[in-house]
Amino acid sequence: MAATTTTTTTTTTLPDALGHFGPYGGRYVPEILVAPLDQLEIAYDQARADNSFRDELETLSRRFAGRPTPLYHAKRLSRHLGGAEIYLKREDLLHTGAHKINNCLGQGLLVQRMGKKRVIAETGAGQHGVATAAACALFGFECIVYMGEEDMRRQSPNVFRMRLMGAEVIGVNTGSRTLKDAISEAMRDWVAHFETTHYLLGSALGPHPYPRMVRDFNSVIGREARRQFLDLTGGLPDVLMACVGGGSNSIGLFHPFLEDECVKMVGIEAGGRGHRLGEHAARFSGGSPGVLHGTYSYLLQDEDGQIALTHSVSAGLDYATVGPEHSWLHDQGRVEYVSCSDEDALEAVKLLSRLEGVIPALESAHAVAEAIRRAPDAKGQSFLINLSGRGDKDIGIFRENMPGLG
Amino acid sequence: MDEADCTQGAGRAYRRTDIWMSRITSAFKRLRRENNRGLLAYITAGDPSPGHTVKLILALEQGGADFIELGVPFSDPIADGPVIQKAGERALRAGTTFPKVLDILRNLRARSEIPVIIFTYLNPIMRYGFARFASDSAAAGADGALLTDLNIEEAGLYLAEMQKHGLDPVFLVSQTTPDDRLRVLSRSSAGFVYLVSRAGVTGERDRVSDQARRLIERTRRMTDLPLAVGFGLSKPEHMRALAPYADAAVVGSAFMRIIEEHQDAPDLAARMCGLAARLKDGLRIPAEATAGR
Repeated sequence: MAATTTTTTTTTTLPDALGHFGPYGGRYVPEILVAPLDQLEIAYDQARADNSFRDELETLSRRFAGRPTPLYHAKRLSRHLGGAEIYLKREDLLHTGAHKINNCLGQGLLVQRMGKKRVIAETGAGQHGVATAAACALFGFECIVYMGEEDMRRQSPNVFRMRLMGAEVIGVNTGSRTLKDAISEAMRDWVAHFETTHYLLGSALGPHPYPRMVRDFNSVIGREARRQFLDLTGGLPDVLMACVGGGSNSIGLFHPFLEDECVKMVGIEAGGRGHRLGEHAARFSGGSPGVLHGTYSYLLQDEDGQIALTHSVSAGLDYATVGPEHSWLHDQGRVEYVSCSDEDALEAVKLLSRLEGVIPALESAHAVAEAIRRAPDAKGQSFLINLSGRGDKDIGIFRENMPGLG
Repeated sequence: MDEADCTQGAGRAYRRTDIWMSRITSAFKRLRRENNRGLLAYITAGDPSPGHTVKLILALEQGGADFIELGVPFSDPIADGPVIQKAGERALRAGTTFPKVLDILRNLRARSEIPVIIFTYLNPIMRYGFARFASDSAAAGADGALLTDLNIEEAGLYLAEMQKHGLDPVFLVSQTTPDDRLRVLSRSSAGFVYLVSRAGVTGERDRVSDQARRLIERTRRMTDLPLAVGFGLSKPEHMRALAPYADAAVVGSAFMRIIEEHQDAPDLAARMCGLAARLKDGLRIPAEATAGR
């Protein structure tokens, strides 16, 4: 087990006042959105300093969402792999089925304070859309979710769940008809309706203050996991692993451990079906810094600066850029970023389901796959995986890819 | 102006009165002297193909456009409505890259002195490099640039390169921009300031918003630069509503819709010219309306 140590605090005090993580992040938006973003930043800073806000959020997280989530020692999987001991942070057990509710409750309380009544959101896999719909039902807000038509097709159970909870789901048929296009459409809505509307962005990306705010609301994952791991084992894990789409579940797990120098961290991107541009969503191995959706970060783009198409079997990882704090942690060498193929993620779903009775979301399965790959050579180490979501929404895709199960 | 004028060739050319003054500034000075308002016509470069654009710009100039906003297509234009989004998709499909836009500019400069402002999003320009962007644009004959999603806080390097190459940087201001920020954005702009007339993305709307006039009045107190108003403008009556207050009006989607609907028609250029003429006519103001300005 790794010992607790401290390292430089510069990493954990970021971003700066303009939202920069080193050169990354910042704010790149149509001028009309600068004032609404300033207003949001002020409201968030006030809320953060207010104990009653924190108390309300904690109470809701407990009573509505089901926090704390368990830390689970996956003994059968560990024994099967014959190396590292594997632990799962069970965010999949949260209400609505993924970590996304952490952020939605936080922003929902903020919307209440700002006095807005209409909430818009984008969604890829639908988990953020479902969490937003639930939060809007809870708080009594009008809810509009933009979703690429391709994602509506492959994550149809979530479309139904959103509608059942009263959200209006608007299909987006531009571009690749996935998460990127849903975010563009949500931003266009916000540009027109910012006076009455809050944009409940679902990942640790976009313009300042979203990357910081979404990270903070998800950091409960890492804070809990750190305490639970210490209680359970008396030490800290050797390696943290989490999938990285926009990067909210991973930054939520990583951030509270950043000063623990001995804890290694691995972020897993979507390797898709190949290494050529358009076949994956591996921003760190296949991309270069650029600006999309209001932030400067690693980006999959062609030589003319046009945004590249992406592919992943998991809609939640199928996105051309990544949260800016990840770009900073990448350049600092604090977090290692790797990618995992569609095929390996599907194999990980099967293995975890069979050995532990836990069906992971396809996104989270990317992190499980990396653990499966590394564990046999890591005898004596402990891996802590953020199991960020459950696989119920993916049954249709599993069925297409796993013949013989009916 | 009748449609027949739009079938003629050759644009109206004017000489720069001062070699140190940009084409944009001298055009606004000429407009002021003539007690006239400017028409900024937006066109997406390369729509429907790179081969069309010079001819269409000359048609816009022939119709009465005083300035051209030359759009460099971007795959994810978050500030644009469906018409300009589709124009960008057509241009990208036709292979329009930034170097191709520079070719278009060079070809245009062989035939016209109309001021050109390059209008696009940050990423294609960042990828090309700010220094190369400014030097190559200036060499090709551009006069200014507007990058929709480059906020002033992040614009240091861009502004330095624009200045080095004598290009006018134009910034957007909007109804939500507070006075102190309005002052900073005006000071950082050259040539003119672009006022976003209302909330929302680009596209045609029924009427000019009341916000527009209030924003013009507020911006006038901050700067002596000419003020151009855009977003949602498409009709001669919009021009008439703005003419007493603004120095110029920007029209984009209405032109791009003509391309969308008539891209294969033999009279495409004449239609563009015709709309420019009707819009420009709307910008002419009766003498009594300008008394006291």
